[in-house]
Amino acid sequence: MRLALTDDQLMIRDAAERFLGDVSDSAAVRRAMAGELGYEPMVWRRIAEELGWCALAIDERYGGLGLGPVELVLIQEQAGRRLLCAPFFSTVCVAATLIDAIGTDAARAQWLPRIAAGACTLGVPLYGAFDAAASEVRALGAHVDGARVRLDGMVAQVADGASADVLLLLAKTEGGFGLFAVERGAPGVEIAALPTFDRTRRFARVHCDGVPARRIDDAARIAKGLPRAAALLRLYLAAEQLGCAQQCLDLTVAYTAQRRQFGRPIAAFQAVKHRCAQMMVKIEALRSAVYGAAAAAADARVPTRALAMDCTMARLIAVDAAFYCAQEAIQLHGGVGFTWEYDPQLYFKRALAAANWFGRAEHLAAELADAVFEEGV
Amino acid sequence: MNLDPTPADEAFRAEVAQWLRTHLVGEFAALKFRGGPGDEEYEPALRKRWEQELAAGGWTCVGWPREFGGRGLSIEQQVIFHEEYARAGGPGRMGHIGEGLIGPTLIQFGTPAQQRRFLPEIVAGREFWAQGYSEPGAGSDLANVQTRCWQQADGSWCVQGQKIWTSLAHESDWIFVLARSEPGSKGNKGLSFLLLPLDQPGIEIRPIRQLGGGAEFNEVYFDGALAQADHIVGAPGEGWKVAMGLLDVERGVSTLGQQMRFAHELALIIEAARRNGRARDPAIRARIAHAWCGLRVMRYNALRMLAPSDGNPLGLRREALIYKYYWSNWHRDLGELAMDVLGAEGSVISDDPAVRPLQQMAFFSRADTIYAGTNEIQLNLIAERGLGMPREPRPAG
Repeated sequence: MRLALTDDQLMIRDAAERFLGDVSDSAAVRRAMAGELGYEPMVWRRIAEELGWCALAIDERYGGLGLGPVELVLIQEQAGRRLLCAPFFSTVCVAATLIDAIGTDAARAQWLPRIAAGACTLGVPLYGAFDAAASEVRALGAHVDGARVRLDGMVAQVADGASADVLLLLAKTEGGFGLFAVERGAPGVEIAALPTFDRTRRFARVHCDGVPARRIDDAARIAKGLPRAAALLRLYLAAEQLGCAQQCLDLTVAYTAQRRQFGRPIAAFQAVKHRCAQMMVKIEALRSAVYGAAAAAADARVPTRALAMDCTMARLIAVDAAFYCAQEAIQLHGGVGFTWEYDPQLYFKRALAAANWFGRAEHLAAELADAVFEEGV
Repeated sequence: MNLDPTPADEAFRAEVAQWLRTHLVGEFAALKFRGGPGDEEYEPALRKRWEQELAAGGWTCVGWPREFGGRGLSIEQQVIFHEEYARAGGPGRMGHIGEGLIGPTLIQFGTPAQQRRFLPEIVAGREFWAQGYSEPGAGSDLANVQTRCWQQADGSWCVQGQKIWTSLAHESDWIFVLARSEPGSKGNKGLSFLLLPLDQPGIEIRPIRQLGGGAEFNEVYFDGALAQADHIVGAPGEGWKVAMGLLDVERGVSTLGQQMRFAHELALIIEAARRNGRARDPAIRARIAHAWCGLRVMRYNALRMLAPSDGNPLGLRREALIYKYYWSNWHRDLGELAMDVLGAEGSVISDDPAVRPLQQMAFFSRADTIYAGTNEIQLNLIAERGLGMPREPRPAG
């Protein structure tokens, strides 16, 4: 019943904190933002090969380390703090989770070892509701349950869509929807990189015009696997937003300690202190939510519905905490908070963009309300 | 992270639930879900008998060490006890000041004679205590105590002054008082910690009527009130240390029981919304979802508080620092939500057990963000201890 990290988990967290503080400081993030690819390949290689983060949560059968959601949450928290520019989120947190949860045995054997080794990157849309969103793309052809089909349609925003080796798309099928893998360079794929405000996570619009694709989901696993996967995705994003919010507070506390007005540091004014304290209240509440939901995700006895409620809860309060802390960071930095040069703007843009991923707040709250009315308090 | 209860814990949970099922019956059934904050005036005599019923079952002071008459439960089992107690609708504890505050203080700072005199009576549910800290001029600035005390020729202590916000003083037998024993001293220096019987000529108790209409708090006037020579806890002048010495860990344990009460209140709100159709209003539904999120946050936050320390004492750990601010503001919002769900029905004082507790909560929760450190004091503490920001002015010394 106690929530505490193991020594191994603390080591993973501390290593992530050190590594990202080193390779993903403000200057590094800004270099990645300015580049076409959106990330530094050398950093991604070190993440995969030196640190083994890609393999952490993947089953040992598939070349992973067989650790769980808790470890991934700890890394995501640090990645959020440093706005890590890398295909880590799309490929490891989202694609691997989806493939593991609903992929066929063959697809898992094909993709998970490659992801674990850092040998491929995957672009994915960050839908709020997977079944509804799948209608954007249709799978063509009479036999979509076979290997090769063709896709037709458009996905408005695919994370890492312009840089990933493979795109993982959900498409409407005759029987419902399915998960399809598309080579980025396949004939009929048209990709337009989007000029998003948040340059630390890239998106592309993807048009498919009769694109050859492989269906990789096991339809029988969707009913059970997808709700769990959807819950984990929300959890991983909430952990990232926790890191974003924490960094906004850390930047603000540091800045207000050195900025002097009226002969003293502005941190000495109660109007400033109380706002920083309120940021900390939201952050620690979110941290409790994220760590609690991660503990639930690591406990096989927790029913999927309960896990989904916890992860949706964490994600819902993450939307608020990330935006609130970014907003307060800008305000409490004063004039410089409004500049490109200082970092609060980066977190503000991430907070605005992330509010749309895996369900917006109003959608999450409505979903939770349904669950609370059905399940009771 | 570990959410696993052991088989022994599960058996213990069943034992507590079973005991409550078989004892919270008969005349005590009327006490279910009653007597909590905002409702403390409810049936005090019956609730004192309930304390004795608990005591007979060995369910008072469950966290105290066995050598002081407690049950010596582990943290896990204390949590289970508080959870099951709240789940069963166990009434607000008349003995909580004795069990939660003065008892542990005497265990830590009291003389063996004081422990022998007072602890068994607390355990047995026979003597009830009130807390005499706050004064009209010593609220947030608690160290600004002006009540004076001095030792007389026979060694007894004479007390002169006024305390305020004394919960249930009119139903209590004893009061512990922080008073200034060194004339001219300021702030937290020169204070002494005394134990006084309330039933004596030098003490007058006057109720304070609260905004919700109830009167569970009092003003207590001391005019030559007397404490026995050996009823000072700690050395003269060391009273502040005694008053502040309680371990925060106690709070982590009881918060999980408090959360069960909160869950019960939210369930009442949901029932009310179903009954009157507000459950169909998307804005109300969203607020209920957010309230539920707060409950989950508080649960996981309390579990973090109970987790082994990462080196910091609990009072300095981040999740413990935010807790009071978080729950009190959540609860105040819940009161507002309750009244919004009740609608016009909420404006009429009700006897309906499905409505009355929500009304009481809506009014009493306005105190939550004031007592035990106002919101403003809490934010100072969070900024200073949690974030290392510059300190506000402190009492001299």
